[in-house]
Amino acid sequence: MNEFDMLTRFSADIRIQTIRALQHAGFGHIGGSMSIADVLAVLYGTEMRIRPTEPDWPERDYMVLGKGHCGPALYAALALKGYFPLDWLETVNRPGTRLPSHCDRLKTPGIDMTTGSLGQGLSAAAGIALGLRLEGLDSRVFCIIGDGELEEGQVWETATAAEHLKLNRLIAFVDENKRQLDGDVQAVCGGDLDEKFRSFGWHVSRVCGWDISAIQREIREASEQREAPSVIVLDTVKGIGCSFAERERMNHYMVVTKELADEAVDEIERRLAAGTYPVGEDA
Amino acid sequence: MKNKLFTALPDEKDMRDAYCDALIAAGEKNARILAIDCDLSASMGTGRFRARFPERSFNLGIMEANACSMAAGLSVTGFVPFVHSFAVFTSRRMADQIFLSCAYAGLNVKLIGGDAGVSAATNGGTHMAFEDFGVLRSIVGVRLFEPADNVAMRALIPKIADECSVDYIRMPRRSVVKIYDEGESFVPGEAKLLREGEDVTLIASGVLVSEALLAADLLAAEGIEARVLDCFTIQPLDIARVVESAEKTGCVVTAENHNVIGGLGSAVAEALGEHMPVPMERIGVRNSFGEVGSQAYLMDHFGLRAKDICSAAHRVIKRKQAMQ
Ligand SMILES: Cc1ncc(C[n+]2csc(CCOP(=O)(O)OP(=O)(O)O)c2C)c(N)n1
Repeated sequence: MNEFDMLTRFSADIRIQTIRALQHAGFGHIGGSMSIADVLAVLYGTEMRIRPTEPDWPERDYMVLGKGHCGPALYAALALKGYFPLDWLETVNRPGTRLPSHCDRLKTPGIDMTTGSLGQGLSAAAGIALGLRLEGLDSRVFCIIGDGELEEGQVWETATAAEHLKLNRLIAFVDENKRQLDGDVQAVCGGDLDEKFRSFGWHVSRVCGWDISAIQREIREASEQREAPSVIVLDTVKGIGCSFAERERMNHYMVVTKELADEAVDEIERRLAAGTYPVGEDA
Repeated sequence: MKNKLFTALPDEKDMRDAYCDALIAAGEKNARILAIDCDLSASMGTGRFRARFPERSFNLGIMEANACSMAAGLSVTGFVPFVHSFAVFTSRRMADQIFLSCAYAGLNVKLIGGDAGVSAATNGGTHMAFEDFGVLRSIVGVRLFEPADNVAMRALIPKIADECSVDYIRMPRRSVVKIYDEGESFVPGEAKLLREGEDVTLIASGVLVSEALLAADLLAAEGIEARVLDCFTIQPLDIARVVESAEKTGCVVTAENHNVIGGLGSAVAEALGEHMPVPMERIGVRNSFGEVGSQAYLMDHFGLRAKDICSAAHRVIKRKQAMQ
């Protein structure tokens, strides 16, 4: 299998395992988990310097999932990489689980930062980037934030600080899936986010959120930045690649039955076979 | 007052819907009432207010600090904003704004915290407010409320809407057990006496009120008569009634869906320490963060059940007797 096919399969497996995990939990944040499956596949598939059997390896690249409510997608990626057994995914949100709905660095191997209060993740990622630089390490810090999350003022405080401190090893992704909890981002609080980040002095690029090669290319480009922190805007669709979530406009948090999960998994396999993964024929 | 056996029946209506009914009713009477949301309108159940008064409803997005100070600004111009988010954010993310823009500035802002304590359930520790009262209780001039049921909620909203005050109300979003008959009246700052008893006082708020009433029945079966107060106003505390109850019964147990530090238990302990030191125990969360699980699981896990209140009652009664 070539690298592209391997990453495509990996992203499909992340989607499938996430859907199954939420099926076991009965419900969860499906929409925003689906739209980050491809970037997670690229990061954990080829781009991040990591050792899954040594999650605390000091020279690793770090990952902060600012939109911590999408933990299940990251858990799926980590489990598939061997950070912990796949069957842990069946325990999401069960009493005593090591996989709570929001990311928790004390509970889950491979989770570098606790998140769940939107807006704090990028600041923490900037702190990690600063700390690594003080330690003389050139590890990168990746951080995925939501387009709704950008409404938090704290994000823009980090945007200022990271530029001022020249945190060039900080690489953020905005999951621009156009929706937040109550509906469309543009209806709640919009604006041109590329321009906003550019005016804050960041290196800005924009890619189709499921274009694996483009994401790879932009990560490598961002890694070459000598001073500016980078943001890669992922142009995505909330719920993408999961048939029952694609059908629903309000798909932030959904009930996931076995029937729905089976249907979604079959559809992923069908699209893979038809060469239309992840979006299907309509897109 | 005759004590009748308490049957725990959940309301057909979610508490957030009872809240929204009350907000709409208040909005019909006072055209200056506004709803401010922070991208949690679907969770907080404020959609019907927006449908009724679209021009008086603002979903500002995920920016709690901004929402709080903007609400203060709206109050400067004479509006009466009700600000909605989860209890964790309404308290922790807005703490400085509540202090300065609202309370210190002497304005009129109503703050609602949803998914109080264990009712955050599977949203887990990041979303489980056990310290919201603690964060806000030391801020001068912020009143803290935790209505026990829909009747109490519906009665409270018009009262606070009519007063110029900074108020924080915490609530679970889903259905809670019915405590009151329709039409019961409530005065902010006055605890409700739910049951007479001479042997021990149980003081509870929110979802722990029904557990306290169940505990009282369990104790009655053993011949122990408990006096039960619903202390739906945590700040300012109804010191007179708390002290009078402690004097009558000689020992006290508090019960809250909150950390024992900073909330109802602390407030009662402070009042008793100054005015009427008697043996007391606090039922609540001790030295733990929240975690994922159903509300029922979490109530068992954190020891917030009637049986936990009973055990504490036995202990304080023993201590009282040892002193006599
Ligand atoms: C500070 C804070 N406020 C509110 C919430 C509740 N909340 C969880 S997810 C969400 C919407 C997030 O939208 P977005 O960042 O676009 O994420 P996505 O749509 O990708 O899931 C909200 C408001 C929160 N977790 N943190």
